[in-house]
Amino acid sequence: MDFVKLFELVVAASLINNFVFTRFLGLCIFFGVSRKMETAVGMSITFTAVMVVSAALSWVVYEKIMIPLDLTFLKIIIFIGIVAAFVQSADTIMKKVSPALYYKLGVYLALITTNCIILAVPLINAGEKYNFFESLAFGLGSGLGFALALVIMASIRERLEVADVPAPFRGLPISFIIAGLIALAFTGFSGLITL
Amino acid sequence: MSIHHKSNWELLKNGMFGENTIFRMAISLCPSIAVTNGLKNGVALGVSVMFVQTMVNITVSAMRKFIHPKIRIPIFMLVIAGYVTIIDMLMATYARAVYREIGLYIQIIVAFASIFARAEVFASKNKIIPSFFDGLGMGIGFLLAMIVISFFRELLGKGELWGISFVSGNPLLIMILPAGGFLAVGLLMGFFNWVDIKFYGGKGASGAG
Repeated sequence: MDFVKLFELVVAASLINNFVFTRFLGLCIFFGVSRKMETAVGMSITFTAVMVVSAALSWVVYEKIMIPLDLTFLKIIIFIGIVAAFVQSADTIMKKVSPALYYKLGVYLALITTNCIILAVPLINAGEKYNFFESLAFGLGSGLGFALALVIMASIRERLEVADVPAPFRGLPISFIIAGLIALAFTGFSGLITL
Repeated sequence: MSIHHKSNWELLKNGMFGENTIFRMAISLCPSIAVTNGLKNGVALGVSVMFVQTMVNITVSAMRKFIHPKIRIPIFMLVIAGYVTIIDMLMATYARAVYREIGLYIQIIVAFASIFARAEVFASKNKIIPSFFDGLGMGIGFLLAMIVISFFRELLGKGELWGISFVSGNPLLIMILPAGGFLAVGLLMGFFNWVDIKFYGGKGASGAG
């Protein structure tokens, strides 16, 4: 196991190829839950956890079941199935085992299935032929990158509540423009690590 | 037991303008930025979404009496994923160059909220013909939005349209960078809100987020 490679993958997935700011995935959730810091943090934790587990699950299914059986052309259907099934079961288990945690984070779980990142990570893992630990690292990095983006955005939008924004730009349009400015800053990370 | 009471034309128009996926509803935003750095990519994804949206609406509407409400979510997902796989394979075979750039986003259509939402809200409760027009309208609305955004981005960012260059001098590079996508969508959304407020007395798009 090459720890340097794994570390590079985490950094690359979270900063250089940040899903929100350079790959533009998961925007619906990104704009949806970044209004308050509290929801942003809740979403970040839930999302990173789900991301890592579903990257691991789909790697196992892809390498051990789909490739031997020559089913790779079904990867879209199977990956979305895995993610949906995992989220659903996590929801049920959490409700029984830890109602307090479920009360806090359960609502985000339901939202996660509509997040494109959750599907993109297994697809990219399969496309790049990452091994098991690389897939885990990529999932973790993607989750952390999304969390970082959410927290930055939420802290700006909380301040925006008291700002005097022109009427047509209130709400989403101004958030888009802010995201554009953050994305510009993230361009500065490009070339930090070459994989 | 149909709840729709609009003509087919009204359904089409509703999807194109009233409930335009990107500018009014503000869902399925990822591709509106990811693939709009060129007109060609924007149109390719717009057409794919239009196809999937229409076919999903027809299929769900045709099966609406057989789908048990409790398991409708996975069933809808499977229907959508099936059509996405079809378009994914078609693109990979017949449009190699475009597919290399936007292939990932084609596969991501599965997770689009807009397609799922129309199946749930409209197609599962209405007959096939209205569902067809609803899906087509939504698809056209999405395609129009993609065309508008990518038109501005390609023109300003590269000085080209459909890969044909006709503006000399230094283009505004930022427009084809990731940041430019956010700026373009933000400004266009603001513009449409302004039109809505100024001329139609609306309150601007509420949006999902």
